[in-house]
Amino acid sequence: MAAGFLTRERTVAPPGWSRWLIPPAALSIHLSIGQAYAWSVFKPPLEAGLDLSGFLSALPFTLGIIMLGLSAALFGTRVDANGPRWAMVVSSACFVSGFLISALGLYLGQYWLVVLGYGFVGGIGLGIGYISPVSTLIKWFPDRPGLSTGIAIMGFGGGALIASPLTQQLLGTFGATGANPDVGGVGNTFLVLGLIYAVFMSVGWLLIRVPPEGWAPAGWDPAAARKRPLISLANVSARNAIKTPQFWFLWVVLCFNVTAGIGILEKAAPIYRDFFPGGTTAALAAAAAGFVAILSLANAIGRILWSSTSDFLGRKNMYRIYLGVGALLYLALTLTTNTNKVVFLVCCLLILSFYGAGFATVPAYLRDLFGTYQVGAIHGRLLTAWSVAGVLGPLIVNAIADARIAAGVQGPGRYTTAFMIMIGLLVIGFVCNELIRPVDEKFHEPAVEAAARTEAAA
Amino acid sequence: MSTESWGPVQWIGAVLLWLWVLVPFGYGLYQLLTRIPALFGS
Repeated sequence: MAAGFLTRERTVAPPGWSRWLIPPAALSIHLSIGQAYAWSVFKPPLEAGLDLSGFLSALPFTLGIIMLGLSAALFGTRVDANGPRWAMVVSSACFVSGFLISALGLYLGQYWLVVLGYGFVGGIGLGIGYISPVSTLIKWFPDRPGLSTGIAIMGFGGGALIASPLTQQLLGTFGATGANPDVGGVGNTFLVLGLIYAVFMSVGWLLIRVPPEGWAPAGWDPAAARKRPLISLANVSARNAIKTPQFWFLWVVLCFNVTAGIGILEKAAPIYRDFFPGGTTAALAAAAAGFVAILSLANAIGRILWSSTSDFLGRKNMYRIYLGVGALLYLALTLTTNTNKVVFLVCCLLILSFYGAGFATVPAYLRDLFGTYQVGAIHGRLLTAWSVAGVLGPLIVNAIADARIAAGVQGPGRYTTAFMIMIGLLVIGFVCNELIRPVDEKFHEPAVEAAARTEAAA
Repeated sequence: MSTESWGPVQWIGAVLLWLWVLVPFGYGLYQLLTRIPALFGS
């Protein structure tokens, strides 16, 4: 009975079901799992309460991002086969369990349980949850795939906006702030957050629906849409997709676009302080916090704005902008440094908007190249690029900045070498995007077999 | 697959569903926006 509730058959939309009910169901999941980006709020009380190093306090987040990529790659095919409700229930169970295990670990004073719970178990929930609504949204919005996936993936960016102030308030309520935070209070915060997310995510898996077989939006002509360049007429399986050069070119594109964004995001506050060091210490700290906030806003807005634009300009053209203009913006930052604050802000905002847009546009790009058959699984495999970039970006920026600081370099000069490397990566990504052509027919699923499989899955 | 056949109950449900995600998002957005003026010295 319970298993039946989770099957794809039980999620087929009844007559009268509007496709505009699907984005909020997807957002219920993505706004929750986006909490991962607010992990830094937990770091000070954990470090002070358990006497942890910065490396150890970051370990649950780092492991969580690694598990995100791995679980999305490993379980992507199962997510496509079992349907979005199954995926959202599994994601919710893992993500919430991560909080509850972490709370238990903090009550017992066993930090390894936080790493295991939040990082490993919760990280699996992140990966499955991230890809769970993507193929469903693409099927409901074949006319606007960029817009629909942009809404959901903006939710992942927006999750931290909710979690960050909420976590700070809970930590304050439970006496887990200041120089001597109550570790049990941190545990209470994990427990309450876990319960909140259990309720919030349930709306997602209760309301998610897949369209009936053969459904299309009124007035939409698939044949006309597919006349545009790079939009495939056929489907490619996940197993075959990773054998194509297109998949690996796109892997490099995503990896380097994310690396370039992290280049600024990772050290946003110190970059601002080193570029514009004037004013009192308090005013500078507030301005740096404002800089981080405005970058987060650009990251979130870029996801929906540029991804929606890709429905009109085409996916390849959008990545030309993200990578080509992104490289020019980094060049402008390197050349103008701190001579003009407005130029600095505009460059940083656009770079971060392209960073977010890179995530949001890629599912629609995959749909164009490989069809809808196993787009969720292919997306899951592509997200390993994110895991690599999550390590590569901070490594480049931190290593170079630290070396420059050790050499006595002051001001913007601490970052210009890292920025030049980012330009190089973006240019490589631009070339890879240029090399993307329609997928060779030998990788296409046989039309009859694909239709039968899709029908069986539906 | 459209809203043409919806009655008041469906409309209220749909509005509540969107509020379910937009209210928390609005709260987070408000908290974020309050930090931005400091960037411009306000």
